[in-house]
Amino acid sequence: MATEYILRMGDGKRVSMTKEQIKEDTLAGAGNAVDYGLVPELSADEIDKLIEICTMPGKSVSVEYGMEIPVSHDIGTIRLDGDQGNSGVGIPSSRLVGMMMHERAFGADTMELGHIDYSFKPVKPIVSNECQMMEVAQQNMIVPLFYGAMPNMGLYYTPDGPFENPGDLLKAFKLEEAFASMEHSAEHLTRDIVWIMQKLMASGADGVNLDTTGAAGDADAYGTLTAVKALREEFPEMYIEVGSAGESWIGMHGMLEFEGTVLAGLWPHQQVKLVEKAGASIFGPAVNTNTSRTFPWNLARSVAFTKECCKASTIPIHADMGMGVGGIPMLETPPIDAVTRASKAIVEIAGADGI
Amino acid sequence: MPIAHIMASGMTGLRAGGDLVARMQLSKSMKIKEAKEYVAKKVGVDVFDLADEYAMRDVREDLGIGVITSVPGAPKGIAAKMNIEKVLDTKINCCDYFRNQIKQ
Repeated sequence: MATEYILRMGDGKRVSMTKEQIKEDTLAGAGNAVDYGLVPELSADEIDKLIEICTMPGKSVSVEYGMEIPVSHDIGTIRLDGDQGNSGVGIPSSRLVGMMMHERAFGADTMELGHIDYSFKPVKPIVSNECQMMEVAQQNMIVPLFYGAMPNMGLYYTPDGPFENPGDLLKAFKLEEAFASMEHSAEHLTRDIVWIMQKLMASGADGVNLDTTGAAGDADAYGTLTAVKALREEFPEMYIEVGSAGESWIGMHGMLEFEGTVLAGLWPHQQVKLVEKAGASIFGPAVNTNTSRTFPWNLARSVAFTKECCKASTIPIHADMGMGVGGIPMLETPPIDAVTRASKAIVEIAGADGI
Repeated sequence: MPIAHIMASGMTGLRAGGDLVARMQLSKSMKIKEAKEYVAKKVGVDVFDLADEYAMRDVREDLGIGVITSVPGAPKGIAAKMNIEKVLDTKINCCDYFRNQIKQ
């Protein structure tokens, strides 16, 4: 009887697989990235290394000595004091306590301050509160401290925002109106990100972490990249981290361009070239997890995409490795066995500069 | 989950030298190899030592760039960052901000 190894499905459920099954899924997952993203195939050695990581004894694994990388953090203290919607654990603690706990107790390499909604738009009315918190936090913190938020352009559409929902307009075949709504929303998104970060930079912020860029499609990415460009021009030494929402920016608009490149349908190794042009310091590619596939399938696919992104990039890559991205199961409490295996693979095989 | 990443691949922040390497990646867009070599040279250790808590503990305390435990009298917060600016030869926005608030 063949030896079986305990692994996971993309939703986190435990499964047993033989080495042959692991190899089959590893090849298929990497092949999927090649088919969709037109990235190079992983070499035979890299496939063997992935199988080795998946079959290592022990519940958790780690990188080899000397291969350690910085781990930058998104969502800030909401992880501690937030509710389930943000995967928070509901500990009633102040944001300063949360930041200092990450720095002094958890060994975080960077940290960030963020609004409980973790989106830029709701920060506008309370920006002075965020500025005073940033000032206090910077007096007490040592690790790099961002202001973090999601561009989250969906908040600019009705019923939450001023512009008609392009989803409704597209369903009614009002194409021109839908395009105009997305373009106006992107303009407002850019304006808000820049205005908020001007205030926070004047209060001592190290920089900004733009989390889940492109979540509302190509116009969301357009608005964010335009904001990054404006911020870089105004603050040449600002720390700017841009994390993507997904492996491909969805063409809700379809015709928007940044610096002469159409944004719709770009894969991580193409996204990073525009993020570089905009002036970001670090890029975080996201490769989405398929919950119906196994961990080896998802991990191989993520490694193939991320490796090409690292190769194409001139700026450091901090791969997005949260719940449901980077090969990690789509689960609020991703199993440690899967997290550590994905962590090791993305550093040692894909060559990420950080997570 | 972030702690699982720190344990599996991380440089453990103030416990060793992770915050310093991250700062150079962010301020100068250095890739991991360049950032590690830069920081190691500036703090006077081997690249291999940067993620070693034993090696970095005394280095951090001697340079006044912050340690993980609360040592009475040791530079903390903004004071430690002002020392990091000098050691890494890099500008930190909040240090400028607070310096500008001091009346001459």
